[in-house]
Amino acid sequence: MNAPAVRIQHLSYRYPGQTVNSVTDINLTVNGGERFGLFGPNGAGKTTLMSCMTGILDFTEGEIEIFGLRVNRTNKSFCSMLGFVPQEYSFYQELDPVENLEYFGALSGLNKKQIKIRSEELLTALGLWDVRKKQVEKFSGGMKRRVNLAISVMHEPRILFLDEPTVGVDVQTRFAIMEYLMALNRNGTTLIYTSHQLGEAQNLCNSFALIDQGRIIAHDSLENLLKKYGESGLEGLFIKLTGKAYRDTDV
Amino acid sequence: MFKLTATIRKDLRILLRDKVGLLLMFLMPVILAVVITAIQNSTFELVNDNKIPLIVVNRDTGEAGRQLLESIHSAGIFSVLHTPEISASDNLADAMKAHDALVAIIVPADFTSKIKMKAKIISAKALKSVGLETDSLSEKSQHVESLKMLYHPVMQESFRQSIQGALKSAVSIVESKQILNSLYLRLNDEPMPSALEKEILENTTGVEQMAVSRDGSRNVPNATQHNIPAWTIFAMFFVVISLGSSVVREKQNGSFLRLKTLASGYLLSLISKQITYLFVTLIQAAIIFAIGIWIFPHIGLPALNLPSDIFATFVVLLICGWCAVSFAICIGVFASTQEQANGLGAVSIVLLAAVGGLLVPSFAMPDSFRYIIKLSPLHWCLEAFYGLFLEGGNLKDIMMNLLPLLAITLLFQLITFWGLKKKNLI
Repeated sequence: MNAPAVRIQHLSYRYPGQTVNSVTDINLTVNGGERFGLFGPNGAGKTTLMSCMTGILDFTEGEIEIFGLRVNRTNKSFCSMLGFVPQEYSFYQELDPVENLEYFGALSGLNKKQIKIRSEELLTALGLWDVRKKQVEKFSGGMKRRVNLAISVMHEPRILFLDEPTVGVDVQTRFAIMEYLMALNRNGTTLIYTSHQLGEAQNLCNSFALIDQGRIIAHDSLENLLKKYGESGLEGLFIKLTGKAYRDTDV
Repeated sequence: MFKLTATIRKDLRILLRDKVGLLLMFLMPVILAVVITAIQNSTFELVNDNKIPLIVVNRDTGEAGRQLLESIHSAGIFSVLHTPEISASDNLADAMKAHDALVAIIVPADFTSKIKMKAKIISAKALKSVGLETDSLSEKSQHVESLKMLYHPVMQESFRQSIQGALKSAVSIVESKQILNSLYLRLNDEPMPSALEKEILENTTGVEQMAVSRDGSRNVPNATQHNIPAWTIFAMFFVVISLGSSVVREKQNGSFLRLKTLASGYLLSLISKQITYLFVTLIQAAIIFAIGIWIFPHIGLPALNLPSDIFATFVVLLICGWCAVSFAICIGVFASTQEQANGLGAVSIVLLAAVGGLLVPSFAMPDSFRYIIKLSPLHWCLEAFYGLFLEGGNLKDIMMNLLPLLAITLLFQLITFWGLKKKNLI
């Protein structure tokens, strides 16, 4: 039997110096090929959970497996399975797209030839081929988002984590990114997606989890969740389960 | 290996696109080395080659006053300004200013008569002691009024003492001459022949000066030999501005987050930075040395003489560079913003340079600084360089300077590693 894309058991995490957990006793399974959406108000624990899953945070309580490989800081073999699209621009603005892809491709374990082939494919697919020799710092927000995505999928990861990948972009760029993500998923890449763009999420994801105050409060397909809570859309469901009160918290 | 070369390539590309950083790392130290060497060279020349302008106000009309002027001339270190106008001037300070003189002396009007009297008394005493003559003058005063020496307030104490010594020596010659003449006259009833006087007074044993060197070379230390090593070290440590900021930038931007999700993480990035910037420090040194060797002679400065042990020089450069890079990364890891890294880096380098003897020689520092000096890596770099550039030593001779430097470098590395762990960066 194939291992699930993500399997989390009893995960808890508390930031150093804090008195309460950011996530508590998380149990979650995401199967290979899913387009999984993780939603919740500000400070609910989405980024913390995503950081634990990608190995950014060094958790000590609970267990996470990516395609059967345990996530831990000493053995990073799981890293080759995953790609991560952070909310921030995660590349070197002083370099051009080709140079960024060359660097991150090498660190992902690709050789020179693979880097060249993948760079051409990705820059063409994401509409960046004509600007491949321009410094990224001169790019628009939408172009930078596409560079961010290209770097993350350079090594063809089996699972792609996306933290608000379309924040601050125009409709055209959003559409292009969503199209590309759907294409990746059709080719077998599992998507783990988090965003406050619920409309976008409803179109992209086929599996949803709601997290609030560090705990998973709902997890199922959208159809089942809407049926279960008597709602017609994701936004209504979100408000129903998390309330209308502001969730301003310290970061 | 491919990962490391890719990372080094990335660091080099970023470095080459940082024009301000490059200017700071390469142009600024070159300007500093040229300007400071030029300034210090003129000080060296003032002390070693140029004569010190001295005004003599001779109010004495006798032979001793004239002899004193001759002695001062023959001392060879003064350019004597002696004119009737200056002598008549009431305000010597104005005269010194008008003639750019650092020192002036006033010879009192009774200088000759007092010196002659002193000579007679001493010669009478001398003859009495060997039973040749009764001492009829011994009860009289031997006191000769001091010469007045006026000096410019900017003059350093040690420089002033040297001038005073030279003037005392000139007075001493005049006194000796008068005593000898008096003795000769009393014994022979005729003046001493000038040939004999000259033979007695000028047949002095000379002092030959030689700079200490371990390799037997007789290179005269000059401003270039002192300054080029010192400012090369300063330049190497100044990579803290560029490298410290680079580490902070990498921590702040998302690339660091991405590195954490890759099997080869931030540590590789730091190793690459060490290699890249070590290369930068070596290039800095090569440029500054090249300017010292080939450009300095064309702008009126002494050329740099490289040490005979080139391998030892390279080893010193390598360890100094590694120490500078380790320090810069340490600053970058602990600084939260680029402003913090730049401020802390620049101030700490100037402080370490001051404490380390780059700005003021360590032997001139107060005793309380003797232990603090040893904490500055720049001090050990400078000592190692001086061992090679000024003393003509080899690798073995400077090993005791390199070991503390290596220890400090390893300490920086350890602190960096602890900082990375503490901040959850690795």
